Amino acid sequence: MTVTIIIAETNGGVVAPATAELVTAALALGGAPVLVVPCTDAASADAAGFAGVSRIIAAKSPVFASYDASAWAEAIDGIAPAGHVVALASSRSKDLAARLAARRGLPVVQDVVLINGGELTSPILSGKAMQTVAVDGAAVLTVRANVMAPAAAADADVSVVDASGDLKTAVLEMVARASARLDVAEANIIVSGGRGLGEPGNFRHLEALADTIGAAVGASRAAVDTWDEIPHSMQVGQTGKTVNPNLYIAVGISGAIQHLAGMRSSKYIVAINKDADAPIFKHADYGIVATWEEALPVLSDALAGMMS
Amino acid sequence: MPNIVVLVKQVPDTNAPVSISGGSVDFSGAKMVMSPYDEFALEAALRHKEAAGGEVTAVTLGGAGADKILKDAKAIGADHIVRLDHEGWADSNAVQGALAAAVRDLGAEVVYCGKSAADTGAGSTGPGLAEHLGWASASNVIALEFGADVTATVPAEGGDARLSVSLPAVFSCDKGDLKVRKPNVKGIMQAKKATVDVRAAQVGSSSVRVVSCTLPPAKPEGKTFHGGAAAADVARLLREEANVL
Repeated sequence: MTVTIIIAETNGGVVAPATAELVTAALALGGAPVLVVPCTDAASADAAGFAGVSRIIAAKSPVFASYDASAWAEAIDGIAPAGHVVALASSRSKDLAARLAARRGLPVVQDVVLINGGELTSPILSGKAMQTVAVDGAAVLTVRANVMAPAAAADADVSVVDASGDLKTAVLEMVARASARLDVAEANIIVSGGRGLGEPGNFRHLEALADTIGAAVGASRAAVDTWDEIPHSMQVGQTGKTVNPNLYIAVGISGAIQHLAGMRSSKYIVAINKDADAPIFKHADYGIVATWEEALPVLSDALAGMMS
Repeated sequence: MPNIVVLVKQVPDTNAPVSISGGSVDFSGAKMVMSPYDEFALEAALRHKEAAGGEVTAVTLGGAGADKILKDAKAIGADHIVRLDHEGWADSNAVQGALAAAVRDLGAEVVYCGKSAADTGAGSTGPGLAEHLGWASASNVIALEFGADVTATVPAEGGDARLSVSLPAVFSCDKGDLKVRKPNVKGIMQAKKATVDVRAAQVGSSSVRVVSCTLPPAKPEGKTFHGGAAAADVARLLREEANVL
């Protein structure tokens, strides 16, 4: 039987929950799923068992201490069997997938949201259209988070394999971000503000809400361009970050095409805007036509009550 | 002095509405522009030249219609403009193979490209090209410093990493702090007179083919509430109906 390799998504040496969704994707592709856990310490793979996974390989190497595309691709290529490869469509794993595909002479198909037999569907044009492709032979694909149902956890039978690769880059230093907050690209819940907030200091209200529900704070391009206090690293949209969290709360954001391009694939969208005609409401699951000063405290209090 | 290549791609203007006809996207009414992240790549390439000397060659893979963005790159400051003549679909492997052959032919030591193209959004070209060439790569670059090596700042776990990257290397550029320069009158005049160096593209076979393009499934109509007090109802629905909290 052919094999489908799953590259576990890791965060700080821990297998991320989204890996369970990759198992579902691998099962949809067919082939016996083999989960590869890139790690510096094989203990990382201990909790990586999922129903349907026939084999787990802890790929142990010092190169996995920090990301170097070339070394990671080389190390994984060296220990993973041939077959389809599935990884998460995170910015790091998309980069790795492209490297690994080129290394193996395979095509890469990014941001897959639907697997139907041998056909793979991905959003193109910032989600304004969907493209379905057919692959002849093996391919490397990345799967968007929060799209596939997660596979159930199961006991893990882990084999540890030493992997190696040559680093082509060296980390000189880590620079703390201006904000110690969760990055929007890594968050499952995002609270974003736009110019409708009136002044940058009002982002503190979004931060308070974000702290209550474990969210990251994002911003529209208009907010980033208008206020120096709001860094580009917070920007969601065409020239910022593309996100697809479980929940996206847009406050004082009108919903310009360039913003929608970065967040329209969010699972649930809540919009607070005083203008009932704001385009964001066409994409919102729950729209609240009100000023943010009226609605945000009520929302924050209600959520705080629920979360406590 | 480094021989610098910047990869540019022609895409439909990101504000253009999308329509589907005969199973593929109809771009006939859309204005075609340089993919926005490629503008940052061009800016990075020009700054590299200003710091270290050398020449900047803008390269695209496409049909004659793509000459326009090459002339735009020329107007902004590229020294040479090269089009690898190719029309139609090619998968990532075929595209990267053709680009790798061209980069070798041009004798480049460093390649800049956008972190992803506005049409596919894939972001595969930079890292994939680097692998084809056996080069280093850094992706989602938000800041660059030019010396004997290039220092690139990229987002990483727990902060931003300043990476020392030995050349040859491919850098995929995000917006970062770069302000993109505009063409001046002299540049625009030079671009008008410039001829595009058209070369045969060495595009290999593709094992991925496009089956169809469709519009995204329409989202069910959302619920709209009026007045701030309704936010409490929304909070409850997020837990009880959407099940996200």
